[in-house]
Amino acid sequence: METNLWRLLLSVQPSRGLVDEKFSVRVQNAPPAHPLTMHALLHSEDGDTWEAFGHYVTDSGGDVNVSEDPSLGGTYDGVEPMGLLWSLRPAPGSRPGLRFRKRDAQTPMQVRLSVYQGHQSEGFMDRAVLASVMVERWYMAPGVRRVNITEGGVTGTLFLPPGPGPFPGLMDLWGGGGGLVEYRPALLASHGFASLALDYLKQADVKNEYFEDAYRVLQQHPQVCKNRIGLVGLSFGSSVALKMSVYSNVIQPRCIVCVSGSHIQHVGGTLADIFADIAKNQKKTRYNEENQVIWRDLLLPVPTDLSKKVDVGRLQCPLLLVVGEDDQNWPVPESADDMREMMEGAGNSHLLTVLSYPRAGHLIEPPYSPHCRAGTFMAAGSRKKFIALWGGEVAPHSRAQEDAWRKTLDFLRENLYCSAD
Amino acid sequence: MAQTVTPILSVHPTRGLVDEKFKVALENLPPRFPVTLHSLHRSEDKDYWEAFGYYVSDDRGRVTVSEDVSLGGTYTGAEPMGLLWSMRPVPGSRTGLRLRKMDVRSPMVVLISVYKGHVFEGFREQPPMASAVTERWYMAPGVQRIDIREGAVRGTIFIPPGPGPFPGVLDMWGGGGGLVEYRSALLASHGFVSMALDYMSFETFKTHDECLSYFEKVLSIIQQHPQVIKDRVGICGLSLGATVTLTMAAYCKSISPRCCVSVSGSHVFPYGVSLAEVFQFKEMDMGKARLDEQKRVIWHDMILPIPTDPQRKVAMGRIKCPLLVVNGDDDQNWATVESAEDMAKMMRAAGNDHLLTTLTYHDAGHLIEPPYIPHFRASNFIIQHSKQKVVMLWGGQTKPHSDAQEDSWEKILAFLRQHLYPCPSSSLPQAKL
Repeated sequence: METNLWRLLLSVQPSRGLVDEKFSVRVQNAPPAHPLTMHALLHSEDGDTWEAFGHYVTDSGGDVNVSEDPSLGGTYDGVEPMGLLWSLRPAPGSRPGLRFRKRDAQTPMQVRLSVYQGHQSEGFMDRAVLASVMVERWYMAPGVRRVNITEGGVTGTLFLPPGPGPFPGLMDLWGGGGGLVEYRPALLASHGFASLALDYLKQADVKNEYFEDAYRVLQQHPQVCKNRIGLVGLSFGSSVALKMSVYSNVIQPRCIVCVSGSHIQHVGGTLADIFADIAKNQKKTRYNEENQVIWRDLLLPVPTDLSKKVDVGRLQCPLLLVVGEDDQNWPVPESADDMREMMEGAGNSHLLTVLSYPRAGHLIEPPYSPHCRAGTFMAAGSRKKFIALWGGEVAPHSRAQEDAWRKTLDFLRENLYCSAD
Repeated sequence: MAQTVTPILSVHPTRGLVDEKFKVALENLPPRFPVTLHSLHRSEDKDYWEAFGYYVSDDRGRVTVSEDVSLGGTYTGAEPMGLLWSMRPVPGSRTGLRLRKMDVRSPMVVLISVYKGHVFEGFREQPPMASAVTERWYMAPGVQRIDIREGAVRGTIFIPPGPGPFPGVLDMWGGGGGLVEYRSALLASHGFVSMALDYMSFETFKTHDECLSYFEKVLSIIQQHPQVIKDRVGICGLSLGATVTLTMAAYCKSISPRCCVSVSGSHVFPYGVSLAEVFQFKEMDMGKARLDEQKRVIWHDMILPIPTDPQRKVAMGRIKCPLLVVNGDDDQNWATVESAEDMAKMMRAAGNDHLLTTLTYHDAGHLIEPPYIPHFRASNFIIQHSKQKVVMLWGGQTKPHSDAQEDSWEKILAFLRQHLYPCPSSSLPQAKL
C-alpha cells in the first residue's frame, strides 16, 4: 500500500532568469493542509553560504504557489513572490560582515530551491530534502557582449546589448570601495543600454580629466548614440556624476541617476582633495552598539558655502535621486533636501525627481539580491577594514530596490530612448 | 543616428525551456507603424531557419506578440509562439531539412529582430531596427546527463535535480535510428528520470523472445537505478518506438511499465510477423509505398489493410496499464488512425479498453514532437535496412500540427504525472494486479 508514499513536484519558472526578473515557484502533489518549508541556498564566489526560508501550508489541492500564498514565518513573511531571494542571509556560523556581490557578471548566480517537511528554521543541511531544483539568475541576457576597455588610459568594461545599435550609452560609476564592479552595467546592457563600468579609484590622485576621457570613449564608440548618454552613480559615484555634469564641458549627459549620493564635496579639486576633506572630519565617526561604523555625520552639516557643494542649480538635464531614509553611511536624505532647495531657488527643480524610501539603507542595488545592513568595507587604496553600517531593514529595503530599479529603468528609457532630440 | 527612433524589443524569459512560452514585445515605435518581427536560428547542421510576422503598432507605439494579430508572414493571427513553430529553412537552403537538436547540453539560440515595414525577403541584406537573443533549452539547470553503455544497451539517462527517487520514463524514438536525446532531456526537466535508447544499431535478434528480453533488460536498467521509484516507470514511444512500447506493455513477463504513451504508432508489426523480424531488417514489401507529385515517399498504406491475423499485431488485450495513444489524421507515414481504431476494437473485445485514451489531432502529421519546434511536412530520410536516401512525407499542416504538438505535450506530461507521480490521495488502479 502506498498511503505514505507521495512525491511532490517543485517547479520554478523561469528556471533561468535575469536577476531582476520575477519567478514563479510552485509546489504540487503534496497532501492538503500540509506544512512545508521553502528554502533557498546560494554559494557565493567566496565560498560563503546564504540561505532564506519561508513556512507554508498547502491548500486543499495539495499545492503551494509562492506568488500568491503567504509565508507564515521564516526569513520573510506574507505574500512575497521573491522573498526567497531578497531575504537571503549568511548561514549560521558564517564570517561576520558579509556582503553578497557577484564579481563575474558573465556567469549566473546558482540558487538551489528546496522543499522540507514541516516548518523548519535551522539545521537545513542536516535534514532530508523532499525536492530540490536549481535556478539560475543572470546579470547578462543572451547576446550581450562584454568588451574590455583600455584605450586612452581609461580602464573599464563596456557591455553592449545585442542588435545593430546604435544604443543609448550609460557611464556606471560605482562607490568608494573601488574596483571594477560589472554586474549593474551588465544588467543595464540587458535592458538595451551600452553601459561602461569605470575603474576610477585605482590611484588616489585620479584626475578629473580621466572621467572626461572615459565619457569620450563611450561617445565615440560606433555603437553608441553620442547624444544619448546618461550617468548612473552609486554612493561616491553619484558625487562624481553630479560634479562632472555641472562643471565639465565635455560631460553633458542627457540624464543622471544618483543612488545614495550627496552633492556635498570640495568643489574645484580632484577626488583626492575630496577624500582629504572627508578625512578631516574623522572625529565625527560614530559607532553603534555592535561597533559598526556610522559615517553619515562626516559630511554634515550641509554647508551653505557654495565651494563645498555641487551647484545643482546649474544642472541642465533631468536628475533622479534615489534616497534610503535609513542611510547610515552618507547623509543622503539631508543632501536630497538641500539639492531640492537649491534647484527650486535656481528655477530648475522641474528636472528633479526624488524617490525616497523609508527604512531603506545606503546600498540600493538591483532587486532580488540579499540585503546587507552592515558589511566589511575597505576604502580604495586603504588596507584598513571596517564593518560599515549601511542601514535599512530587510523587507522595506528590498521593496525599495524593486521599486527604485523599475523606476530607474523607466527614467532611463524615457530620457534616452523616447525623448525627441 | 539619434534621429532614428530605436524601438525597444524584449523577450521574456530570455532563457526558457523548449516547451515554455515566451513573450515578445516592442515599445517606443511610432504609433500605427508597420513592422516585421523576424526570428532566425542557425542549426547544428549550419542551416538557417526563419519565421516572421507582420504587425502594426498601436496608438502607444507598442506591439505585444502574445496578444496582437499577425497580418501575414509565416504565421497569422494572435500566435504567441508563431516565431518559433512556423520557422522554415531560409530561401536557398538545401532541401528536405529537419530541425533537430542533437546536443542537448547547449541551448537553441534564436535571434529575434524587428524590421521596418512588412518585409518578406532579403532579411540578411538590411539591418534590423533592433534585435534580441533568446535561448531555448532542453535541459533545466541541475539536470544530469549520463551515458549508458551496458553490453548491447547504448543510451543516455537524464536525472532531474533533487534527492529523488523519481518516477522513470523509457523514451523510445522512431525508426530513423541514432540516439535522439531531446525528448528525454525535457522529460527530466519535468521531474522524470528518463532514458533515451539507441535501439536500431545493435545485433539483430533471431527470435521474438530474444528481442523482448533485450527490451526487458533496458526497462530493468531504469527500474534498478538508485534514483528511480521501481514501480513507477512508464514508456513513451514515437513511431516505431511506439510499436516497441506496445510490445513491451503486452508481452514483457518479468517487469512491466506502469503506463504507456504511443505517439504516431501502430500495433501492427511493420514488415514482419514479429518485432524480431522488424529488427532483422527484412526486405520490405515496398509495393504499397506511394509517391506524391513531388516524388516524396508515402508509407501510409504499407500496413493497410490492418491485418486480422493476430500474429501480425500486438495482442492489445494483454495490456494491463493505462495507455495514451496520440496521432494525427494527416499522418502520411503510418496508418496510425486506422491502427488506433483497431487497437480500440481489440481492447473493447478483451475488456481492457477502460485503460485506453486516444487523442487524434486533425491535420496533424506523423512527427508529433515537443512543442514550438518547426513543423516540416517532408524531410530527407535514410531507410535503415537499405540505406536508401528518400524524401519522406510525414504530413500535417503547419498551424494545426503545431497546435497538436502543444496540446499533446501538455496532455502527455499530465498523463505521466498522473500515473507515475504517487499522490497522497491517489486511488489509481494498481498496474500489477
